[in-house]
Amino acid sequence: MNAGLLGIEELDRAEIEAILARAKEFQPLQSQQVKKLDTLRGKMIVNLFYEASTRTRTSFEIAAKRLSADAVSITASGSSVTKGESLVDTLNTLAAMRPDAIVMRHSASGAPHFLSRHLPTPIINAGDGTHEHPTQALLDARTILDRRATLEGLRVAIIGDIAHSRVARSNVHLLSKFGAEIVLCGPASLLPVELEQLAPGVHLTTDITEAIRDCDVIMMLRVQLERQHEAAFPASEYFRFYGLRLEHLDLAKPECIVMHPGPINRGRELSSEVADFQRSVILNQVENGIAVRMAVLEKVIG
Amino acid sequence: MSTLIKNGRVIDPASGTDHVADVLVAGGQIAQVGTGIAAPQGAEIFDATGLVVAPGFIDMHVHLREPGFEHAETIESGSRAAAAGGFTSVCCMPNTKPVNDSATVTSYIVERARRLAVVNVFPIGAITKGSAGEELAAIGNMKAAGAVAISDDGMPVMNARVMRRAMEFARSYDLPVIQHCEDLNLSAGGDMHEGVKSVRWGLRGIPAASEDVMVARDLLLAELTGARYHVAHISTRRSVAMVGEARSKAITVTCEATPHHFTLADENMEPYDSNYKMKPPLRSGCDRGAVVDGIAAGTVTAIATDHAPHAGSEKMQEFERCPFGIIGLETALALALEELVQPGRISLARMIELFTTGPESVMRLGRGRLAPGAPGDVTVFSTDLEWAYDVNLSFSRSRNSPFDGRKFRGGPVATMVNGEFVWRR
Repeated sequence: MNAGLLGIEELDRAEIEAILARAKEFQPLQSQQVKKLDTLRGKMIVNLFYEASTRTRTSFEIAAKRLSADAVSITASGSSVTKGESLVDTLNTLAAMRPDAIVMRHSASGAPHFLSRHLPTPIINAGDGTHEHPTQALLDARTILDRRATLEGLRVAIIGDIAHSRVARSNVHLLSKFGAEIVLCGPASLLPVELEQLAPGVHLTTDITEAIRDCDVIMMLRVQLERQHEAAFPASEYFRFYGLRLEHLDLAKPECIVMHPGPINRGRELSSEVADFQRSVILNQVENGIAVRMAVLEKVIG
Repeated sequence: MSTLIKNGRVIDPASGTDHVADVLVAGGQIAQVGTGIAAPQGAEIFDATGLVVAPGFIDMHVHLREPGFEHAETIESGSRAAAAGGFTSVCCMPNTKPVNDSATVTSYIVERARRLAVVNVFPIGAITKGSAGEELAAIGNMKAAGAVAISDDGMPVMNARVMRRAMEFARSYDLPVIQHCEDLNLSAGGDMHEGVKSVRWGLRGIPAASEDVMVARDLLLAELTGARYHVAHISTRRSVAMVGEARSKAITVTCEATPHHFTLADENMEPYDSNYKMKPPLRSGCDRGAVVDGIAAGTVTAIATDHAPHAGSEKMQEFERCPFGIIGLETALALALEELVQPGRISLARMIELFTTGPESVMRLGRGRLAPGAPGDVTVFSTDLEWAYDVNLSFSRSRNSPFDGRKFRGGPVATMVNGEFVWRR
């Protein structure tokens, strides 16, 4: 096993705490005039994105550049993938160019885990199918901890298409390791009962008001129409039953924050008013993405 | 040419034999079974002291990939893997390219096997043309050309009316109907058993209900038509229960289990390792236990490997893109000994039944016994030989096995087909 970052599930609490602490040290850099450090000078990072991504790819690129690493980004549509090359052959070719790490997003769950068995290069998982998105959970934790002293005992509601969400899985693993109470909420067809066994402290409900009641954090998930292989719920009534509106926030704790991994669909999973709500921290999440990914890159190849 | 297999523990479930004896094979047939048989002049002597001598094993469910997928397996290479696993007869599924849905393809397989195979090869014909599930294949013609059963394995017949007609035809031709039980709508897109592991790994699930729904439907149709109906590779608790109940009501139903389904459950999978990807998928521990119980109780009447070779390049992909299936001919006997006999779930004689009279009662090949006049098919194996499976030494052209490197106690030692040893350890 190389020293990449494949998922949150395999990390222990101390490793997560170390990344979050280091990310906190990187935060002030974002508002300085000169935002660059020398840490990874001479290192090379390949960003290999087999799925569309704006924020994650840009965030990794910026994080690499802030640490003075060289970053090359490849998207599947412009590569040999379209010429029928297999994933393992593509990765072997890239590995032969001796990058220090490969940041990879892929639509197939487990693609980075499969590759890590055959490649010497560390792989950082930037989202694999419906499995994990570890840096998202880390930046979410960083964002919560910017406002709360601890994750322990927090009640966190994750609402939406849980079944197809890698963000939900990574967050469940992370929050559970720190003793948070996690309520997963969505239509029953997107909320398999086995989720309750994903990690300690997980509860399921199909009722959004029950999910939100007394919670400290609300994480809304994007409705992933591209992962709906069938009509698992009637899209026309989704917002009515699972869309987050201002009146819902009265049920939560007064200081409750609203999070979303983006990109947001106003009027589909949350109302426009909620998106612009003062305790919505969606843009803070984006900002923290860079500090957290700097900490991850430094840990993996520093 | 004759061979005297001396001093082995001869177990022949068909005749109830289980004692140390000699087996004389002459002219390609079993000539005599008894103690102190004198070797005829020029006979080869095989000393089977300390070994078990059984009727040649029958695997009623393999994929030999020829014609069409010779890069993964051929009739010749598959037959050599069979011989190395102690099998003397295999029945090959029709999902070749072209599909074995006509007498032409059936004859091709029979002819290729006659020239190149080291074990007996019996083709299974398709139920429907192209296994597309719509129009019935030329079942009578295929039978005349050598087909011993019909199945659309891997492409289950979804249309109940077509299945009913197929059962009616099969009954009139006295052929068994073998179904890969999977409701394709319920299983669509699935890559592994639907359960805690699939949810954890973000892989789409194949629910146990997708098998159960099909078994339930087909049992009703078997009762309606009186066909001889056989459930391939049974894998769920409820399906085992339904087949058991149907058998108690004298419906002519049988079922087989694979070594991987009685050995492994989804919790034994290596994450995203396609050597654990097959259909039906490795089920829950509870389902696996029910399959073992079904074997012990007599509901499951055959062990079949569902030997499914795939080239390395096909299995070296993202899990969701990899094809389903694993090879199994060379590890079946050892797994049956370790998982069923050694823990005391079944007797050695019962295990041999599952490899001989069990499949024979469905396929009616005229084999699976050691009586004088029967074909000279003999499997000699050890119950305590220690060995390790190295998939890179497999006779198969493919390497897709989750049992690579596993150490075994007990395994095949020699395989005789029609009076000739075709493999020896």
